[in-house]
Amino acid sequence: MSAQWDLAVIGAGPAGMTAAMTAARLGLKVGLLDEQPRPGGQIYRNPAQPTPEVLEALGEDYAHGMKLIERFRAADIDYRPGATVWDVTADGEIAFLRDGVAGEIRARHVLLATGAIERPVPVPGWTLPGAMTVGAAQILLKTGGYVPDHPAVLVGGGPLLYLVAWQYLKAGAQIGAILETVPRSNLWSALPHAPGMLRQGRLLAKGRRWLRDLRAARVRRIRGVTDVRIEGDGAAEAVSFQARGRRQTIQTPLVLLHEGVIPNTHVSLALGLEHGWNDVQQWWQPRLDEWGRADKTGFSVAGDGAGIWGAEAAEHLGLLAAHGAAMALGGDSLDQTGVAEARTALNAAAGARAFLDRFYRPARSQRVPAADDTIACRCEEVTAGQVRHAARLGALGLTQAKAYTRCGMGPCQGRLCAPTVSALIAETRGLDDADVPAYRPRPPFKPVTLGALAAPAFRAKAG
Amino acid sequence: MFRRLETAGRVETVTVSVGGKPVTLPRGETAAAALVAAGEAVGRTTPVTGAPRGPYCMMGVCFDCLVMIDGAPNRQACMIEIREGMRIDRQDGARRLGG
Ligand code: FES
Repeated sequence: MSAQWDLAVIGAGPAGMTAAMTAARLGLKVGLLDEQPRPGGQIYRNPAQPTPEVLEALGEDYAHGMKLIERFRAADIDYRPGATVWDVTADGEIAFLRDGVAGEIRARHVLLATGAIERPVPVPGWTLPGAMTVGAAQILLKTGGYVPDHPAVLVGGGPLLYLVAWQYLKAGAQIGAILETVPRSNLWSALPHAPGMLRQGRLLAKGRRWLRDLRAARVRRIRGVTDVRIEGDGAAEAVSFQARGRRQTIQTPLVLLHEGVIPNTHVSLALGLEHGWNDVQQWWQPRLDEWGRADKTGFSVAGDGAGIWGAEAAEHLGLLAAHGAAMALGGDSLDQTGVAEARTALNAAAGARAFLDRFYRPARSQRVPAADDTIACRCEEVTAGQVRHAARLGALGLTQAKAYTRCGMGPCQGRLCAPTVSALIAETRGLDDADVPAYRPRPPFKPVTLGALAAPAFRAKAG
Repeated sequence: MFRRLETAGRVETVTVSVGGKPVTLPRGETAAAALVAAGEAVGRTTPVTGAPRGPYCMMGVCFDCLVMIDGAPNRQACMIEIREGMRIDRQDGARRLGG
């Protein structure tokens, strides 16, 4: 017999944890499935054995996350870590793998809290070992206290990039340079939203502190960087770029890329929930009501998976989504004060978000490869030129591009290449990004072996 | 590419092998971290052109960290916690997932 929950939450980041705790308080029978072995999501990625040295480098926001995790662990929730969800059906059946064994849960309402992924940065050489995302490097710092042993070069823009540079500084690691690719003209579209940003004093103070400390440490920041290439034979050896009208090269075995994050919509798209294009964040997001509920009955989305709001807002969205689910299930014991506080905090956060999204909107050249021989799909090694060719032959979206090029057919199933492939198709066909249909992933969401499906637990359920 | 911050505290460790070489690192880390700790940037070569790849996202999205673990191919190194005696080896070429 598979378990039956009122609410199944998928993902144990700030949104998922808060939603689960709130729903439990509202009297629902709550379970949470998360792929990681410990709660926290990527933002509060939580080491098995935290050391004081790492915690010190990570700063106070991370300490806040550790407290949230403590409260989550103490709550009355059927928490299943290490569970890879590979299918969710329209009537709330969730199939997952844990330790290679298949399991299944049934839930009256499903809340997706699957967070964000980093936007792909398809520049020449981005597939070389030694080129990785800033977020990946930060995960190594959070979980194992790893810092670069040679001066690393950070390329791109956005708050995370400066945060990680600052964390490296605190940890005593050297930074070769920060190459800033965000167009300076972004300021003009961001400026009308400056008042909203200015009202978020704490956020602003944090950012100022990072930049001040980087300046004091004389970290080299190069602005207006374009035409980034990672060079090397078999591994990254250098990064070259254009700035101030001349080509420059910096030797480094570690190039860290970041152009912001986008919602991880893999499951919400697979479920066929209605999505809309967010032109500022340049990706799809599910269309939701004010309680985080989707157009399909029985499904909600909270946190960065619903549109990038950041970790603090994710807690508020989680709280609201738990209420939305409780109401959908016929509950009426709501926490009016909590809801009102969450709405006020979200309004304030939205003001700052509007500014940040516009200010750090990535340059087109960091999002859409100019050269035809740059790889767009890492799994199947499909180049930008091949995607352009497919688009000229008639591919209208990733689904058709697959048929021509195999892009999106690798194990990532389009998670990583879809933004690049869609942008290439839009460009080639002269369409707006919003007119290229979103990709439609299919289960299994992660590769599942037949062996796992033949395991006794699954057979018992199927039989 | 990376070094680990020194810690004054006590940490429980696990020893795994990376390409046959023993590597000791804190319990709770991933197989991808073991590659990093071993100073190994490459986890696999691609099935199409044989190009070397290493971990890119560290959060289960890109599948560039596929390696052989205890002889089984296509394991996502960044999502797998290390165990004492685990064998982590480079995966060369062919990949068939879900079979
Ligand atoms: S490094 Fe991307 S999936 Fe493991």
